[in-house]
Amino acid sequence: MDKIEKTCIICPIGCNLIIEKDPESKDGYRVSGNKCNRGLQYAIEEMINPTRILTSTVKIRGVSNKMLPVRTDRAIPKGKLFQVMDVLKELEVELPIKAGDLIIENISNTNANLIASKSIV
Amino acid sequence: MNYDLVVIGGGPAGLAAAISARRKGIKDILIIERDRELGGILNQCIHNGFGLHLFKKELTGPEYAKCFIDEVRELNIDYKLNTFVLDIDDKKELSVINSRDGFFKIQAKAIILAMGCRERPRGAINIPGSRPSGIFTAGTAQRLINMEGYMVGKKAVILGSGDIGLIMARRLTLEGAKVEAVAEIMPYPNGLNRNIVQCLEDFNIPLLLEHTVIEIKGKDRLEGVILAKVDENRSVIRGTEKYIECDTLILSVGLIPENELSKSAGIEIDPLTFGPIVDESLETSIKGIFACGNVLHVHDLVDNVTLEAYKAGEKAAEYIKKTSKERVLKTKKVKLYPGNGIRYVLPQYVNIDDLDNNLKLFFRVNDIYRDIEILIESNGSLIKKIKKNQVFPSQMESITLDKKLLTEIDQEILINVK
Ligand SMILES: Cc1cc2nc3c(=O)[nH]c(=O)nc-3n(C[C@H](O)[C@H](O)[C@H](O)COP(=O)(O)OP(=O)(O)OC[C@H]3O[C@@H](n4cnc5c(N)ncnc54)[C@H](O)[C@@H]3O)c2cc1C
Ligand code: SF4
Repeated sequence: MDKIEKTCIICPIGCNLIIEKDPESKDGYRVSGNKCNRGLQYAIEEMINPTRILTSTVKIRGVSNKMLPVRTDRAIPKGKLFQVMDVLKELEVELPIKAGDLIIENISNTNANLIASKSIV
Repeated sequence: MNYDLVVIGGGPAGLAAAISARRKGIKDILIIERDRELGGILNQCIHNGFGLHLFKKELTGPEYAKCFIDEVRELNIDYKLNTFVLDIDDKKELSVINSRDGFFKIQAKAIILAMGCRERPRGAINIPGSRPSGIFTAGTAQRLINMEGYMVGKKAVILGSGDIGLIMARRLTLEGAKVEAVAEIMPYPNGLNRNIVQCLEDFNIPLLLEHTVIEIKGKDRLEGVILAKVDENRSVIRGTEKYIECDTLILSVGLIPENELSKSAGIEIDPLTFGPIVDESLETSIKGIFACGNVLHVHDLVDNVTLEAYKAGEKAAEYIKKTSKERVLKTKKVKLYPGNGIRYVLPQYVNIDDLDNNLKLFFRVNDIYRDIEILIESNGSLIKKIKKNQVFPSQMESITLDKKLLTEIDQEILINVK
């Protein structure tokens, strides 16, 4: 595992990043193939602690065939995605709800909040 | 009923077109949407990744739609929901129906087509075998899971690697289903790279290139499919068949612009894009009827839909303001052709004298090419040359040509990959 390749997913260009271990550099890795700085940050985060924004839906109390779309307001560790999904399965929200409304603070201790991504009245 | 401008479809294209026409001074605008809410396909796209270019933010579909729905409300633009346009004619009269007003007619000075696209129907791909339940198009599965909360199955195979199929692979996995594989008949994936990474690689879902489903098994409910590898002519290689048990098959085999209405009006359709033939103003073969968004050609990024729609709205507004004084066109109309390696090019025509200051061409290539040059030529001479490291059929490309480069041109323009 001296050299690994990853596709940058920050923007649709999708640069092919080449990541090498490099004890000399500040973050411990040397990155090439990135067209911009965000790609560099992404590569290092992917090595240290890969994170993703989670989007899903939750049930609405008293409404049978309509769901509320929700998201985390920041990226959460990849390894916690399923843990958060388990919480969402049990959840029911009450209407009315506005896009951006807080549903759960610091969900599953990820430091991210679960928020509504749509207004439903 | 009379309107200056009628916009058909309340998705991102229709919303942005109406907004930009209003900003250009058109007061009398109506958006007609058949669904119960504005926003179009974005309402079921709950994933993030919208607006990366335009807002420099990763919004979910509903959040992206909300930016535009709010603006339509602020600008007091009229819209009718649950209302279906049945027909338009070449005089720009629309036949419309809804449950409240019944059947009625609207006369418009200009029309913007923004009806989006639909999925290729399942019948269009001929897989032998039975037709049990458990087979869905990716968009239908997306709507069922994301909007109605109905989980489609437990073990799935996805046929086709378009973006919607990839997004659904992740969605099904997060909801607890097992996605056995995504099979793609071509040697390259059809969706964006970032979706391959964050929808498949993140969850260890295998992407089987040059593979297809050759048989469907099961009586009432799907029980499994037979996958096989294909050769370079897309014919099945014998001996590579393998059975995969699954209760769900998701078809993500492409989108086609929804143009029944355009055809009924007599608008010319491009057999390569399946959308109307337009000029640099996004005006179709009928004066005063414009088109934008997925009804024109299938876009991979909503940001491009919005930009295109802004332009259609602006050009429709110019048209409306000029109709009273008779529109003068000093046309020098030139046709654009997709040449070697190019699947289609948009617009199909350009009126060079009418160009504002440049011409932005959109095109897709028909294969993956590396280290190539895109050549724009006319009558044997080179107009512009652009180097590209890598081009993919799944990514729309664009080139901007300065008006100065075009003033001398009076013959067809050809785009080639070299
Ligand atoms: C499933 C899916 C996932 C996508 N994911 C992404 C992504 O991650 N990132 C990204 O940037 N882009 C994505 N896209 C692309 C982007 O969302 C679309 O390109 C965009 O929504 C197209 O907008 P539109 O307004 O042209 O069409 P639509 O959103 O389809 O809107 C068309 C509207 O017209 C209405 N209509 C049609 N016919 C009639 C009629 N006769 N009368 C009245 N109303 C009518 C329809 O009901 C619909 O509301 C995705 C697209 C799809 C389909
Ligand atoms: S490195 Fe920069 S340009 Fe390349 S994909 Fe990542 S964000 Fe986009």
